[in-house]
Amino acid sequence: MIPQNFEYSAPTSLKEALALIAKGDAKVLAGGMSLIPLMKLRLAAPEHVVDLSRIADLKSVHEDGKGEFPGGALHLGALATHFEIESSALVRSKCPLLAEVASNIGDVQVRNVGTIGGSTAHADPAADYPAGLMALEAKVHLTTAKGERTLPIDQFIVDALSTALKPNELVREIIVPVETRGTGFSYQKLAQPASGFAVVGVAARVRKSAGKVTFVRVGVTGLAGKAFRATRVEKLLEGTSGSAADIQKAAAQAAEGVDANTDLHASADYRRQMTKVFTARALTQALSRAD
Amino acid sequence: MTRKITLKINGKSYSHEVEPRLLLIHYLREVVGFTGPHIGCETSICGACTVELDGKAVKSCTMFAVQADGRNVTTIEGLATDGRLHPMQEAFWNEHALQCGFCTPGMIMTSKELLERSPHPTDDEIRHGLEGNLCRCTGYQHIVNAVRAAAAKAGA
Amino acid sequence: MATTITKTETLVGKRIRRKEDPRLITGTATYVDDIQMPGMHHACILRSPHGAARIRSINIKPAINQAGVVAVFIGKDIEAVGPVPCGASLPGLRVPAHSILAKDRVYYVGHPVAVAVATDRYIARDAIDLIEVDYEPLQAVSDPEKALEPGAPAVHPEWPDNTAFTFHQEGGEPEKAFKEAEVVVKQRITSQRLVPTSIETRGVVADYRSAEKNLTLYSSTQIPHLLRTLVAQMLGLAENRMRVITPEVGGGFGSKLNVYAEEALMGFVAMKIGKPVKWIESRRENFLCTIHGRGHVDYYEIAARRDGTVLGLRLKLIQDLGAYHQLLTPAIPTLSVLMMPGLYKFRNVIADIVGVFTNCVPTDAYRGAGRPEATHGIERMMDLLALELKMDPAELRLKNFPGKGEFPYLTATGLSYDSGDYAAPLKKALDMVDYHKLRNAQRDAKAKGRLMGIGISTYGEICAFGPSPATPAGGWESATVKIEPSGKVTVLTGTSPHGQGEETTFAQIAADELGVSMDDIIVLHGDTSIVQYGIGTFGSRSTAVGGPALYYALQDLKAKIKKFGEMLLESDDVTCSGGQCICNKTGKTIEFAQIAAASYRAMKLPPNTEPGLMATHFWEPPNFAFPFGAHIVVSEVDRDTGQVEIQRYVAVDDCVNIINPLLVDGQIHGGVAQGLGQALCEQAVYDENAQLITGELMDYALPKASTMPYIETGHTITPSPVNPLGVKGVGEAGTIGCSPAVVNSVVDALSHLGVRHIDMPLTSEKLWKLVRQGGQA
Repeated sequence: MIPQNFEYSAPTSLKEALALIAKGDAKVLAGGMSLIPLMKLRLAAPEHVVDLSRIADLKSVHEDGKGEFPGGALHLGALATHFEIESSALVRSKCPLLAEVASNIGDVQVRNVGTIGGSTAHADPAADYPAGLMALEAKVHLTTAKGERTLPIDQFIVDALSTALKPNELVREIIVPVETRGTGFSYQKLAQPASGFAVVGVAARVRKSAGKVTFVRVGVTGLAGKAFRATRVEKLLEGTSGSAADIQKAAAQAAEGVDANTDLHASADYRRQMTKVFTARALTQALSRAD
Repeated sequence: MTRKITLKINGKSYSHEVEPRLLLIHYLREVVGFTGPHIGCETSICGACTVELDGKAVKSCTMFAVQADGRNVTTIEGLATDGRLHPMQEAFWNEHALQCGFCTPGMIMTSKELLERSPHPTDDEIRHGLEGNLCRCTGYQHIVNAVRAAAAKAGA
Repeated sequence: MATTITKTETLVGKRIRRKEDPRLITGTATYVDDIQMPGMHHACILRSPHGAARIRSINIKPAINQAGVVAVFIGKDIEAVGPVPCGASLPGLRVPAHSILAKDRVYYVGHPVAVAVATDRYIARDAIDLIEVDYEPLQAVSDPEKALEPGAPAVHPEWPDNTAFTFHQEGGEPEKAFKEAEVVVKQRITSQRLVPTSIETRGVVADYRSAEKNLTLYSSTQIPHLLRTLVAQMLGLAENRMRVITPEVGGGFGSKLNVYAEEALMGFVAMKIGKPVKWIESRRENFLCTIHGRGHVDYYEIAARRDGTVLGLRLKLIQDLGAYHQLLTPAIPTLSVLMMPGLYKFRNVIADIVGVFTNCVPTDAYRGAGRPEATHGIERMMDLLALELKMDPAELRLKNFPGKGEFPYLTATGLSYDSGDYAAPLKKALDMVDYHKLRNAQRDAKAKGRLMGIGISTYGEICAFGPSPATPAGGWESATVKIEPSGKVTVLTGTSPHGQGEETTFAQIAADELGVSMDDIIVLHGDTSIVQYGIGTFGSRSTAVGGPALYYALQDLKAKIKKFGEMLLESDDVTCSGGQCICNKTGKTIEFAQIAAASYRAMKLPPNTEPGLMATHFWEPPNFAFPFGAHIVVSEVDRDTGQVEIQRYVAVDDCVNIINPLLVDGQIHGGVAQGLGQALCEQAVYDENAQLITGELMDYALPKASTMPYIETGHTITPSPVNPLGVKGVGEAGTIGCSPAVVNSVVDALSHLGVRHIDMPLTSEKLWKLVRQGGQA
């Protein structure tokens, strides 16, 4: 229940924060929903905690007409909370999948405090966001005292609890595309009954045109060490009419070639099968919402 | 190693030197003396420690006191005004929405926010809205009744 | 002055909101962790990370040298403290020495090894990380059946067979019954280990005043008086110099019906350091070190005729005891055996219990304590028999109940069921779900490939513990009623309610008997220096045993009031009711408050009457009470995922006269939630090294608001002769009736696939596998 002691800094500017973490021994605190429980169980014991919550720059949620994606992008400051994303009129209209994923995270108290930047940087293999971010082909904007870089989400997340983030680097924002009109979306999840984390979670985006499925993106979390895009499913469904049989056929490939997790709550076999089931469900709902 | 924090709790300002690792729940309970919010777990699941931070329900066991510096906290003790119970407290009493009472302060704080965000929730919305608060006594049914009753009363 | 308000309305039977609640809903109640004292220190306990290990050495120096740390104690420091007591006695019971800190060996993960005491909670926590313990890990065993195998690691080296006791019970002619049976049904049925998980963990504050040799122990317990007696013994204190105060208790469910090492340890620490000390259990510790419940592997056989008449019952019960006996550990499975025939006329029964040591935390009483296991077993077996005979499970049950006229009904296990009409709640529940229509709907659903099931359980419960000869520490209960000089009423109950609401229900009873307003009554409990000796709150006994004690104390008091009334009204024809005495001849009245004032002023006394208005009654129940009921569950299994949806939950309980229906509903709902937890999601899982891998709320799934179904309740009322209030207990009924109804329902949903039985919890993966494999587990 009681964490080890640490040095604490609460910088008010990004510059100050980057200078503090440049020293190398600091752990960054955003909402704290992952870090603080670990510290309380003494599974994490950082010597220096840099609390980003006073940096106003990291809270902005805004649209950028040109930016990273051809149709425009939403820039979600690393400190945007799950609740802000789930309830933001901008996100709900321009990137509704992300709002739907956010509304599925943890519980309301966690969503009030937990942040998209913190969750993404923690890279929990059972977290909800990565499924959505994979399906959205999101980008992660990183910054150091010396410069900036932007990584696609599938390069940012390396493995379970492991990212491409360097010790002197911060997640500045998550960038997602402004959704094309008519895109259907869905996030479907089998929740672990105790923690609410995803045993498997599947996010889907689809577009239809003239009776054909023209675009499919599927992101999967929970199944493996890292979230991934189920590209086989995407390819199989694109070009079909999106019938129930088409969906089943495509979804059957959702777990192919993936090294599935096993734990107390689900065997690899069950996880694989549930990935197929929830992929089908996500695709079905997404197609029903596409027009 | 300590750090000075100043925050408002239930409308009154407090200032203390605290260790950075001091959890907000311990600060509220042991330093300031608001023992209404309780500690039921260490993994941010049970919700017994729920308080309002700048108007939002948060688990005060998953937050350091230093993070609340300069902010506004309301605990269960801050709900009744001039001896008059908050409608949610009244509803919990009327509907027998508590037995041992340990989860109740957190449950009431979350329920209060739930109705502020969604004044006319369905039972399903109430049940999902309370996922972050565990009760081992009531089976939740009377709690759902209480939230529904409070909503009906506010709407009347 | 006399302000007592007279009242005429009857309160017993009304839905009255609780007197306890104002302090609880405003956050002003005092739980043990809310207690602060000048100079109070904090303790943190270092616990074994191993399931079994020898302790080679302990170095406390780095901890003790830390600023703020005032003491560290280890096993060799507590030699003078007596063992953690076991109150249960069985012939030939092996009782391991259970010291409050480990000495040269640890027996389970979480076993207390050392205690660090510091000026601050945080420093105490830091200190235990600095204590160096050199362990030699040993082989551990966590599975009770494996522990019984030859060559299994010995939990206690002196008993290599890991057997703490065996217990045999027999009634009628079981061998003959099985020989003559037309059909025999067999099944292995488990009741998995559960973690009681009160939302408030345990906690203790100890305050010792050396000049007076007085120890005050504040503990989150269900049994303040028994705790005082036993901890005083452990510490060698005079019992009358020890005081146990039970502050607000945040749930118990049996887990606080115990005497724990930490309770004596904190007394010991307070005496050593001369300062008050507080220990609050972490959730992790609660999982590891507070008793678990259940832990059965049962082998059942029932013998029957083809027409469905049950003949005989055979049970081999393997009880996972854990590493030690806590207060009632070995007694719990004997309750299962007593109740194993359920509500049915099994005249021939035979049972054998093997109590097995494992390298796990001890099991003990958890809501229902032995009866949920028994009910689960017999109710599953009745469904298996119905399946075998292709009979409707409701019909099979109705066929085998004792008739209304057969009460008191003597069971083959030697119990006398006090009163009952077992068909009544079942018929009511069947009506509530419109059973025949529901079966048709199920047929249609199954025809469409949907996996819908209907599950029935009927249950009987032994409660209101209990006649003293049948209990380890006395089964009576006590009450004192005082009318103060101003006419205000104080009730002192020997029970120790912690959420059940007796501050309200006992006030209702007293208000009705005395004819005063509930607002003029307070009910006090849980302080051994204020309340006369009592037994406590557990086993659905507070209202059923504490209620009659109160009732009789009230009768004594009323008799005395009448004497004063006669004296003051100068008449021998006086009626006392509605808060006053009235002279039937003159119509003159006198208020109770005036009588109270006169009784204490004592200017004049009635003949052979002492001053004052106070009465105490210790009530010994002549028998247990046996409430009963029926639960029906409608469920559907998701073919793709194995997830269960509870579509309807109907619970009909017969707990006879209801003091407060609002509170009875609350008890049923909460009981059902714990039953559903066991049926669907809860399980304490130890791995092969005896590590608890469901050791946090992140992994141990409790029912949430979003996973609980809506529960429809109903009641039948069959008068009970056992006590003057005609009440039976209700605290455990919901739990006891629940799990078999759920499992029966899900097995029913899958029975056409060849599924006969599924062990709890019914996780989605388990069900998905059954569906996928066409019923083959």
